[in-house]
Formats: sequence, structure tokens, C-alpha cells
Amino acid sequence: MEELLEILKELHPEVDYETCTTLIDDKILDSFDIVSIISEVNEEYDVAIPAEEIVPENFNSAQALYALIERLMDED
Amino acid sequence: MLFTSYSFIAFIIILLVLYYLVPKKWQWSLLLIASYVFYFLCDARYLIYISFTSISTWGFGMLIERQGKKQDDYLKEHKELGREEKKQYKAGIKSKKRHAMVLCLVINLGILAVLKYTNFVIHNINGAIRSFGWGSPLTFVNFVVPMGISFYTFKSMGYIIDVYRGTCKTEKNLFRYMLFVSFFPQLVQGPISRYNDLSESLFAQHAFEFKTLWFGIQRILWGFFKKLVIADRMLIAVNTLKDNPEQYGGAYVFALMMFYAFQLYADFTGGIDIAIGVSNAMGISVAENFERPYFSKNIKEYWNRWHITMGTWFTDYIFYPITVCKPMLKLSKASRKHLGEVIGKRVPVYLSAFVVWFTTGLWHGASWNFIVWGLMNFVVIMITQELKPLYVRFHNRFHVDGKRWYDGFQVIRTILLMSAIRMFDVYRDVPLTFQMMGNMVTHFHISTLFSSSMLALGLTGVDYIILLAGLVILFTFSMVQRSGSVREKLWCKPVPVQYLAAFLLLLAIILFGAYSIGYDSSQFIYNQF
Repeated sequence: MEELLEILKELHPEVDYETCTTLIDDKILDSFDIVSIISEVNEEYDVAIPAEEIVPENFNSAQALYALIERLMDED
Repeated sequence: MLFTSYSFIAFIIILLVLYYLVPKKWQWSLLLIASYVFYFLCDARYLIYISFTSISTWGFGMLIERQGKKQDDYLKEHKELGREEKKQYKAGIKSKKRHAMVLCLVINLGILAVLKYTNFVIHNINGAIRSFGWGSPLTFVNFVVPMGISFYTFKSMGYIIDVYRGTCKTEKNLFRYMLFVSFFPQLVQGPISRYNDLSESLFAQHAFEFKTLWFGIQRILWGFFKKLVIADRMLIAVNTLKDNPEQYGGAYVFALMMFYAFQLYADFTGGIDIAIGVSNAMGISVAENFERPYFSKNIKEYWNRWHITMGTWFTDYIFYPITVCKPMLKLSKASRKHLGEVIGKRVPVYLSAFVVWFTTGLWHGASWNFIVWGLMNFVVIMITQELKPLYVRFHNRFHVDGKRWYDGFQVIRTILLMSAIRMFDVYRDVPLTFQMMGNMVTHFHISTLFSSSMLALGLTGVDYIILLAGLVILFTFSMVQRSGSVREKLWCKPVPVQYLAAFLLLLAIILFGAYSIGYDSSQFIYNQF
């Protein structure tokens, strides 16, 4: 989780990722941010997030995103 | 049959009466018949294409669904399978599903490509033949291109991709699916609805409610006002200016830029208002396509608020899949290794964005004008993205963020920028556009815009007053809309006020609609896409 928070902080240092649950709904993350995150996650965790998983529920909070990464690692 | 024709108004009145008279369970069947009659009245030959796309997409959807069911049944029957065996079986099924989806995409996008782009390809080949003296040029092909083919094809392709991804339930009833594809208000210029968003409301049974009908009628009237009073009036000056570039350079190019910006806005949003209004009148909710785009502070925000359903379609079905596909992730890793972190991590984003904007341009029209327009958007968006840290530093240093005057400056800057890029749609070819943009800068005399020569563009002084009043009404409406639905606000007013507002709108359309000054309401700009 620490690594993920670092990835996110690098994109938007002003956001409190511990509490924010509306990263997509409030348009904090845009499509460029999302693909940057996916690329960084691939580097850090060696997990490929497929296009069908790019939905607001998976990207609205750091926790949701981390849960997605864990699920994909588990499926691998 | 055009949205602005009397026959369309008669068609809608008859449909609305029947829609609320027939048993509610027949409402969607009536809509299917109405949609096919609508398309038939436009051109009977269109029916072949839309039926084929509907039936083929539905068939492939069922095929994918069957594979999913087969997988579920197999795994239920073979609980003894180990993790690896299950994974292998699932991968096999997924591959079959992918083949079905890809075949469906190739067939239907192939039809779109052949019908829309064959002559563009021939035109370019002939250019090469002429330049290199290779022999006689190829003959152009005279295809029937169904109206709105890009819209219904994209709608169908979105459906099949969603079914493959498992994010959308398969529609088992062919006729219901045919209605989703052909739903006539959306057929000619969108919005490009997703099956998940539209189906529930489209197939629901709607009892008559005065408020529903009244809201729908208000939205239709608002659309007619934008189209007939503003867009079609602007069109006259736009045509004069763009068709005579040798006569109208300098400040006239700027005038054309602004006229076209507001003509396109009023034309496209007006058409969408009519489409959504007709749907709303039957109790059907349709995705919104605009969110006051001319209030955007930068180009990225603008594209999140203009033609929203097209933008999200390209993002979800082209941008994301390309960026996250395995070859691209490999490329990302390789480019980080060889080009360094800073450049390397930008490679996939830049490549995907390039493809998206190239195809967005191509989608808008088979010409280099649109391709260059798309690529200009790409360039500006990427520059904006790269300058983001600089903007943040500037905002922090001068404390301008959130200041009203600075917001206004950003909004005007975005309007000017987008209007300038859009000039590539206006002039007959790309070199002329560059030439005229240069001419605008080098021969700009502001006095031209206030001279009597502006009255020689086909618009009288009264027309300018009507246009100005129309734009003020549009602006006021958008300001009020920022805090919620204007129709809901009006609904809270006394009944006479509501009727008076609708009556005045109708009166404005009848009195000030650009019917008699040589305009041709034969097209909405977006019909051709």
C-alpha cells in the first residue's frame, strides 16, 4: 500500500489519499492520470490492469485500487 | 426526415399520442416500428445497413453469452479441477469470446470504413497518381452512406465490447436490441448511449404524466430555438465568409471563427436538445452530451464537457485498451529503460492519445481537414499537459486561482483556442486554412468588424440584433443552469409564468427562425458524421 500511495502522491501531492473516496467522481484523476497509475503499478507490482477494470469503483480511492491490485495478483 | 421539418413534428405528435394510448407493454414495440419508419422515410436503403449491424452484433453478443454459460456449466460439473486447469479452461473460453468480438468489430467497422472512407482513399491515391504520372486515375465509388452510420455503429460496437468484458448484460430479444440500435431520436447525431445506461428506461413501461411530457416539449422548443433562430442565421454569414476567402481575409477570418463557434454550438446542442426532448417526452432518460462546454477553463476540461458521449466512447474503447495492452506495457518498460523515467513513462500516453485524436478526426469526416483538426487537438492537449507544473507554479506565485477575472480570462482563452483549431473544419482544405489563419494575424484591422461591410455578409442589422439577443439568452440560460435544471426551476414558478415562457420561446421560433432568408435547413452539421 505504501508504494501505491507514493505513486498517487507523485501525481497529486495535494490529495489526502487516506480519506478521499471520490477520486474519479470529483474528477481529481483524469484519463492521463489513470494510465500513468496503470503503468506505474505494472512497474511496481508487475500486475497488468486490464481495460475492463478501469471503472470508477476501482479508482475512486487508494483502498479500492489496492484491493484491485491484490485481486489481480491473486488471479495471476 | 429532418428534425426541423414539419413532417418530423407531425411524426412526433402522432407517435406521442399512440405511445400513451397503446397498452404499456407495447410501447417499446411501437418505438421500434416508429424508428424503422423514421429511417425508411429518410431513405429505404438505410434499413439494410442498420438491420445488418443490429442482427450481426446481437448474434455475436449471443455467441459470447453462450461461451460464458458454457464456462459456468463446465466449471460447475468439474469441481474437481485444480486452479491451473481452471485457469487454462477459462483462458480458452476467453480466447473464443475475443475472436467473436474481434470478428464483429472487423465486420461492422469494415462496413463503416468502406462506406465512409473509400472515396477518401481513392482521392489520395489519385493525388499520388497525378503527382508521379503513374497513369489514369481511379474512379470514385457511389455508395449509399446511411445517415448517422457512425453513431449507430459506435453504439453497437460499445455494446459488443461491454458484453465481451462482462460489464453489460446480453440482450436476448433481437427486437429489443434492434430498438436500442435504431432508437430514432439518437439515430442521426447521438448521444452515443451505452446499453446499460439506456436499456432500463427504453424498455420500461411509461404511464402518462403531464410533467414528463411538458418537460420534453420545453426541451424540444429550446432545441428549435437554438437551431432555427441562432445556428441557421449564423450559417448565412459563415457560408459567405468561408466560400469567398480571397475577399474576406484579416478580421473577417476572426469573425468567421467566432460565427462558426456559436453556429456549431447552437446547431449541435440544439439537435441534441430535440433528441433528448423527444425521448424525455416519452419518459425515456438519455445521457447528456454537453455540460456548458464554453465555460471550460482549459482544453481538457472542454473535451470533458463537449460531445461527452463520444469522448467517453473513445476513452473507454480506444484510449484505455491501447494504453494498457501488453505490447504497450512492454514498450513502456523498454522506453523507461532506454530513454529514462521522464520520457519513457510518457511514451504510451502520447502514442495512445495520438491514435485517439487521429481516429477522432477521421470519425468526424473523411478528409485531411478533420484529421489535421484532430491532431491539432492532440498537440494542444499534450502541450497543456506538459505545461501543467508551470501553470501550478504560476497560480501559486500570483494567487490568481479562483479569482473571477482569471476564471473569465481562462474561459475566453479556451473559447478562442478551440475556435481557432476548429477552423480546419471550415475552409475547403488544410493549406487554405493555414493561409487564412496567417492572413488573420497579418491583416487584422479591428475597425472591419464594426464597418458597414459586415452587413454585406447576408445578415441585416436586425439579424445581428436577433443573434445578439439569442446569445444573451443562451448565456443567461447557462448561468442559471449551473445551479440545477432550468426546467425544474421553471416548474416551481406559477403556472401562467411557465406557459408564458414556453409561449415566448415558441413565438421567437416562429417570428425569428431563419426560414426566409435563403437558408437551407437540410442538414444538422453532425448528421454528416
